[in-house]
Amino acid sequence: MFKIAKYVMYDILRSKVLIAYSLFLLLVSFSLFSMEENSSKSLISLMSVVMIIVPLVSIIFSTTYFYNAYQFIELLVAQPISRSSILLGEFLGVSVSLLTALLIGVGIPVLIYAPDSTGFVLMISGFALTLSFISLAFFSSVAMRDKAKGIGMSLMLWFYFSVIYDGLVLGILFSFNEYPLEKAVIALASFNPIDLGRIIILMKMDISALMGLTGAVYKQFFGSSFGIIYSLSIMLMWIITPLLIALRIFKKKNL
Amino acid sequence: MVCPDCKVKQLTEALDLAADYDTILIKKGIYSSVNTEIKKQVVIMGENYPIIDGQEKDEVLVVKADNVTLSGLWVKNSKRGSMKDYAGIRVVDSRNVKIINCKLENTFFGIYLANSKNCLISGNHSKGANYGKSDTGNGVQLWKCDSITIENNHMEGHRDGIYFEFAHFCLIEKNLCEKNFRYGLHFMFSDSDIYRQNTFQNNGTGVAVMYTKNVEMYDNIFRNNWGDAAYGLLLKDISNSIIERNTFTNNTVGVTMEGSNRITFSKNNFASNGYALKVMANCIGDTFMYNNFTANTFDAATNGELRENSFKYNYWDKYEGYDLNRDKIGDIPFRPVSLYSMIIEQMPYAVMLLRSFTVEILNRAEKSIPGIVPETFQDYEPMMKPNVL
Repeated sequence: MFKIAKYVMYDILRSKVLIAYSLFLLLVSFSLFSMEENSSKSLISLMSVVMIIVPLVSIIFSTTYFYNAYQFIELLVAQPISRSSILLGEFLGVSVSLLTALLIGVGIPVLIYAPDSTGFVLMISGFALTLSFISLAFFSSVAMRDKAKGIGMSLMLWFYFSVIYDGLVLGILFSFNEYPLEKAVIALASFNPIDLGRIIILMKMDISALMGLTGAVYKQFFGSSFGIIYSLSIMLMWIITPLLIALRIFKKKNL
Repeated sequence: MVCPDCKVKQLTEALDLAADYDTILIKKGIYSSVNTEIKKQVVIMGENYPIIDGQEKDEVLVVKADNVTLSGLWVKNSKRGSMKDYAGIRVVDSRNVKIINCKLENTFFGIYLANSKNCLISGNHSKGANYGKSDTGNGVQLWKCDSITIENNHMEGHRDGIYFEFAHFCLIEKNLCEKNFRYGLHFMFSDSDIYRQNTFQNNGTGVAVMYTKNVEMYDNIFRNNWGDAAYGLLLKDISNSIIERNTFTNNTVGVTMEGSNRITFSKNNFASNGYALKVMANCIGDTFMYNNFTANTFDAATNGELRENSFKYNYWDKYEGYDLNRDKIGDIPFRPVSLYSMIIEQMPYAVMLLRSFTVEILNRAEKSIPGIVPETFQDYEPMMKPNVL
């Protein structure tokens, strides 16, 4: 498994896409931090970027990588290696390289300009989002045999989580506006890793006072130790579940 | 003269001996004074802050005569209670009373003026007893007063820093109100008062003023009033007032207006607030000119169409228009209310989507083809560069 991961990492490093990605993040982060004197303001802008770019790049990059490495995977399957260790190895390799890119691209600027708990939470959310979207990418690429379909599905997933879902939430809130929705809203946030990540960061930024009563509800929940454990475990669920499903399909799949 | 080693050892004895227009000098020491009534027109001066101790039994000093001056005293430990407003220094039915450079500590109410005129409260420092909101009184309280000057005072840890009811023609200048549990400044039914160069910061819920007309506020600073229900300045049923050259920074809401008519806001600076302005639809005839709005999460919010309010020559950092004729005024109007702030106003739970990508898209769409945000809430002549204040 680890050997496969190592090969995958070497392979990715050679492709230069990853280097471009880290440089891009680095450029964006540095320019955001140097534009604003107040580092918490730039953290908010940086958060917006991270919440859009990181999931998109993670899911598309992983999907294309998986399809490009398809022949390599076929070769591996012919060897006496279990299928789960092949897939997990691939996952590990892609994850480590993308996380490294994020660490270089966002982690270093954050460490320089905003080395506080908010920056830390931003990094944690970024990591979790990267992992969960790689996991989703593996799911879609295992589920679809055709490359175009697989990439299409990945794109759809990203679009769903970053745009459509929030629209749906707005619709739901609008229809049930008369009802007490405190718990429902927390549940709704849990069904989208991007929303969850964003809310955790905003809670850390003391922006919650803006949010009035609802903000107080969030703060009470996500600020408590139970809330932190809850949100972390939900994030973990978002990483593990798609990967497990992908694993199941991959094991039975006729390559 | 009063001191621990003198012939006259207590303030009460001195008051018995004194005639009108006498001066009583109190030297450094600790003097007990439970509900000492000052009924003669005397000047009481403290040297090196003698401690006047109420021993938490009743009020400390009660002034019931005209032309009394208290200065340099350190008034401590009034009783506290919920039936009576125990005060450190109470002034009742008097004129021309001066309270200068006194320190008040652990008093329920600090300085309490009732039914008095032409008084001066200057350079005092009052620190409230720290028992929480329900168990502290106000720093300076005026009830049914007229022509009072309050300047250079420092109020902290009270319920309200400065509280007025039925106080008219007063001047409030250069005071600092901070860390009060409720409001830094709070008044009702107090017409024709002027507030200048005061600072209100870190108060539980900022500044709230109600049911008053002809208020003038110049050069005040409202900052760091941050919390679930905090505002820099809450105006409720205020009319015909002028609010000029004030600074609002780091407040959850810079200014909230409800039922407030004919108010002129000019040359104010709104920076880094959650909401800079919240103007409810029942505000009529207000004018906002030459204000600067920078780095606020939301520049403005409202709950409906505004009537007869005008916005002109303000600088908005979110303005994206252009200036073809180079007269420094943007050619297209600016709408400070974003679609999302309207949505939140109607369904507070939607705050879950704060800063989400979808919300950005919605805001953009609304900006290019406005449909939902109030037609009337716009600045027709926004400035391209910040106004020089």
